[in-house]
Amino acid sequence: MRILSLAGRRLAASIPTLFLILIGVFLLLQLAPGDTVDALMAQMGGGDAATAQQLRKLYGLDLSVPAQLGNYLWHLVRLDLGFSSIYGKPVATVILERLPPTILLMTASLSFAFFFGLVFGVIASRGVNRWPDTLISTLGLIFYATPSFWFGLMAIVVFSVYLQWLPPGGFEDIGTVQTGIWRVLDIAAHLVLPTLTLGLIFLAIYLRIMRASMLEVLNLDFVRTARAKGLDETHVITRHVLRNALLPMVTLIGLQAGTMLGGSVVVESVFSLPGLGRLAYESVVQRDLNTLLGIVFVSALLVIAVNFVVDLLYARLDPRIAAEG
Amino acid sequence: MDALKRYFRSPAAVIGLILLLLVIAMAISAGFLYPRDPLALAGRPLVWPFSNPRFLLGTDNSGRDIAAQIFYGARISLLIGGVATVIAILIGILVGAFAGYYGGWVDNVLMRITEAFQTLPNFVLLLVLVAVFGSTLTTVTIAVGVVSWPAPARLTRAEFLSLRNREFVQAGKTLGMKDVQLILGEILPNALPPVIVYASVVMAVAILLESALAFLRLSDPNVASWGNLIGLGRDVLRVQWYVSAIPGIAILVTVLAVSLVGQGLNDALNPRLKSR
Repeated sequence: MRILSLAGRRLAASIPTLFLILIGVFLLLQLAPGDTVDALMAQMGGGDAATAQQLRKLYGLDLSVPAQLGNYLWHLVRLDLGFSSIYGKPVATVILERLPPTILLMTASLSFAFFFGLVFGVIASRGVNRWPDTLISTLGLIFYATPSFWFGLMAIVVFSVYLQWLPPGGFEDIGTVQTGIWRVLDIAAHLVLPTLTLGLIFLAIYLRIMRASMLEVLNLDFVRTARAKGLDETHVITRHVLRNALLPMVTLIGLQAGTMLGGSVVVESVFSLPGLGRLAYESVVQRDLNTLLGIVFVSALLVIAVNFVVDLLYARLDPRIAAEG
Repeated sequence: MDALKRYFRSPAAVIGLILLLLVIAMAISAGFLYPRDPLALAGRPLVWPFSNPRFLLGTDNSGRDIAAQIFYGARISLLIGGVATVIAILIGILVGAFAGYYGGWVDNVLMRITEAFQTLPNFVLLLVLVAVFGSTLTTVTIAVGVVSWPAPARLTRAEFLSLRNREFVQAGKTLGMKDVQLILGEILPNALPPVIVYASVVMAVAILLESALAFLRLSDPNVASWGNLIGLGRDVLRVQWYVSAIPGIAILVTVLAVSLVGQGLNDALNPRLKSR
């Protein structure tokens, strides 16, 4: 209960942040050349000034900037993100349709990076300054420096073009209608390369942090005590060291949530996945500012949600945090 | 001097420095080696690397020399990375110094803003900035700098928090020094080393951000940049994959060099941490 109220307080504290972001980006977008109506008229193939005037009135764009902002926020409180003139649907609907692939991709990449980062970090710390450590640390440095979109393209060349093991893009095979387990397997096959591509840089970060954190904890007194009382090494590592060494890793998930969402913009474009990131890119190119603002809101919301979960996890891993709160 | 000796004792740091100097040399020599415009047509399109001595690294989809674009691209990457880093570090120091020194409501307000910037994914903010201000070399550089300042700001703030109650600051206050004098003249020089080391991380990320933007064709299309070339090569990826592969290696090497130098500096300046 204590944990929940603690995390709840952090959650409440992030509401002003959310409003700050929305107001800031809203005002920023006012500076953009051309508004939704311009984009719409261009799509219709032009039109006279009277039509534009009418459309502006329809979308409430003829009001003053503060009035528009007030309108937007008032609609937002009722979870109405406005209307996307490009897609001809409410922004909330457009975003909801695009959310599942992104969430799937982020969860998969995070699990991949966290698990292998943990394993490699532990291996490296066990053989510190010997060849496994050198090899893993070097690979980590190289992964960190690899541009994700480039890695994705090269993975397509190797695994899709030459070996033809995996599909080069898309979320599922649209040529054949599949149901049940086959559909799940099909989507999974489509997500292998994007997951590796997005997860690579995070794998590099996690393994570096895990290695450092393991080395730090291994030097603490309670580990010496555990060894002195005759526990075998596996037991010492899994039961005593790992739990404590995990704390910085969990913190990192919260800190990196935004970076990962940003990374998915690029990865989804490489693999033409119909996700939130790809939508962000499309709305910039098509000047669909309403949708762009909606994406800003939803991505900030996602980051806040991830941090809420991280807070809960954190308190679970380290009971001292809840006790102090 | 000690720090310098420690730096050169680490092989990784030395390799990083050599790679970085190599990239800088490429940027400087681009004008002499390839006096022509790197974006001008040079020959037949899609010549494979090493097949024609005139185009050592081949040509791209529209017949432009890839080697020339790589050399000129080094200029763009270093320029954008460098200037964006300076912008990010300057904003970061300013915000962090004020928040850490004054505390109270100033700290509260500034940290709220920092938090807002950190909650919004930086690449999404970058997209918004490019959508609003367009994508010329100048706007992209400033935009990359503007999305990168929160981490240096937090670092500077932490340093200021631990330094502001030290005796030398108290002494300065007793002597009647003004706040600005204390912040700039007394505390900042002591708070600077970790921030400067962190600049290498900012620069590595800045180079990656710009190349990702260029790959999506949202950066300046009128300059020879590595990201642009990768985006272009995507159209011919299935057969002429080398058009995308070569500039990617250039980015990898540059980012790796910057990170290695940064880590080497960090280890050289904080020898206690190195012993682990």
